[in-house]
Amino acid sequence: MTAFVVRRILVNIVVFILIGIGVFLLVRAAPGDPVRMMIRPEDLQEGSEAFIQARREELGLNDPVLVQYARWFLDALTGNLGDSFVNRQPVGGLLLERLGPTVLLMSTALAISLLIAIPLGTIAAVRRNTGVDYAAAALSLGVISVPSFFLGIVAIYVFSLQLGWLPSAGMSTPGDGTPGDIVRHLIMPAAILGLASAGPLTRYVRGSLIDELSADYVRTAEAKGAAPVRVVTRHALRNSLIPLITIIMINIPQMLAGAVVLEQVFAWPGMGQLAVRAVTAQDYPVIVGFALYVAALVLICNLLADIAYAAVDPRVKVT
Amino acid sequence: MVNETEPLLVVDDLAVEFRTDEGVVKAVDGAAFTVDRGEIVGVVGESGSGKSVTAMSILGLVKSGRRVRGAIRFRGRDLGTLPAKELRAIRGAEIAMIFQDPMTALNPVVSIGRQIVEALRLHDRKLSKAAARDRAIELLALVGMPDAAARFKQYPHEFSGGMRQRAMIAMAIANGPSLLIADEPTTALDVTIQAQVLDLLRIAQQETQAATLLITHDLGVVAELADRVVVMYAGRVVEQGDVTTVFTAPRHPYTVGLLESLPRLDRDVDELHPIPGSPPSLLTPPPGCPFHPRCPLARDRCRTERPELRVVGNGTTVHRTACHFAEELAALPTEVTR
Repeated sequence: MTAFVVRRILVNIVVFILIGIGVFLLVRAAPGDPVRMMIRPEDLQEGSEAFIQARREELGLNDPVLVQYARWFLDALTGNLGDSFVNRQPVGGLLLERLGPTVLLMSTALAISLLIAIPLGTIAAVRRNTGVDYAAAALSLGVISVPSFFLGIVAIYVFSLQLGWLPSAGMSTPGDGTPGDIVRHLIMPAAILGLASAGPLTRYVRGSLIDELSADYVRTAEAKGAAPVRVVTRHALRNSLIPLITIIMINIPQMLAGAVVLEQVFAWPGMGQLAVRAVTAQDYPVIVGFALYVAALVLICNLLADIAYAAVDPRVKVT
Repeated sequence: MVNETEPLLVVDDLAVEFRTDEGVVKAVDGAAFTVDRGEIVGVVGESGSGKSVTAMSILGLVKSGRRVRGAIRFRGRDLGTLPAKELRAIRGAEIAMIFQDPMTALNPVVSIGRQIVEALRLHDRKLSKAAARDRAIELLALVGMPDAAARFKQYPHEFSGGMRQRAMIAMAIANGPSLLIADEPTTALDVTIQAQVLDLLRIAQQETQAATLLITHDLGVVAELADRVVVMYAGRVVEQGDVTTVFTAPRHPYTVGLLESLPRLDRDVDELHPIPGSPPSLLTPPPGCPFHPRCPLARDRCRTERPELRVVGNGTTVHRTACHFAEELAALPTEVTR
């Protein structure tokens, strides 16, 4: 097991470096110029070009791309991901400061999505082809079909503007920031993000459990005299959740994509917001930093999925 | 309520149907037999004869099928009309099952020991975990599991097929049932392992004094283990009686056909005679005797009138057959009925 994890981590480091190269080159291959992006078009005049060149020189953007990469890579090895072109703050610090809110949002959303998907999928599987099952299918299809930013806008309209129950933006009320206050801000974005991923997950739970319910060992459990709830939860569900580990882990990076959008809608001070701003400003170091963060998340989730597989299923021996 | 003069298990005119897209399949159509206390009864028949569905029906484990007729009485109580909770109290405690494929019948993610402990504790809430564990290890040792204490912690995939079936038997006898239902217990196993498992079944039966209903298509298994035999064809019982009587003097042409299609070591048989044709469609069973399209004795009466089970012979044990012309079989030596 340890050998497996070590080997996987080594492989992941190589993949990670390759992703870094790819992102670094792609960002610089994109049309546009970060320095020009900082200047309003109407302010451009005769002397601007010299200024722009001076700034480009200062940021090292006139060097060959490979030189830029080598410089960035050597810095990155020491933990320095460069400074933002826009506000001169170190990228590592910017990402770190945004990490907390995003992790809070995503983990809450993940918990909500599992708390909805596992019970709902289980009920839908046990009572398949009944009203409950069809209702669960309709709900899943609904949240899959409606984009989350739309749900977000509707929720703000209903719960913030009309009912006034929940704040519409940010992570805390200025001057407050108590846990209760943060929770009130968290409810809507986390619930919508959770619902969006609960939709497909409910279908997976249902499908996987239906397969397991017809397995021979389920009949054995019934023949032992186990009650239906026990047969489902202790026997069938445990087996049906094994393939779901992969799906949940693959789902986390996808969820991040949803979070990027919802953080915009709810002005949540997370990574997504940072990334969107960096892209519009062509803030290369921040874009690369964010891309590496996403890559790290995907690689870590995949590794966790493999470890979880081995932990849950005694038949899986990782070597 | 409990009728002690009645046999332990009475299957009375049982009929089970499955609705399919093509129509209603009459998997069991009027099966009737009994099992006495401590007795081993073999139920034989081809695939599709309804023997497994009958066995599953006893504990109400037939999922999509519907019981349309008849009763299954265990100690005088109709299992089909029992409330779910009372039926569960019987499952695994008074009636236990051994399934065909030990590869799939055990939960792959629960250790063997915990599966046996579960069987014990489901029916004895007061049993402590430690006591259940000790008892489970005892049971594993009883079924011939070497190093039972270490095996207790292992998972099904770490066991061979034969060892899994041993674990399955340990689980089945855990609560000292009075009826064991073994559905093709040796079919999925290697021939060498089959003999060991059969021996074990015999030991388990002696240990628990449980009556045993042995579902199999293997006449050899029945001959070796069973006291009585029930022959099923197209969802009905066509012949039943004492094993020796049925095997030496069969009174149904289907039983005769089954016996003739077997290779034998004790007699010099030049040629095996398979039964011509194939089992009838259960969607549209033939009128009259369901065996008539394949029967060498068939005549007009067989095509219209369905034979009921009736007592034949004058032996000391009850021998029943559902053939209009059973007496003609009696007049012929077995080998020349064809």
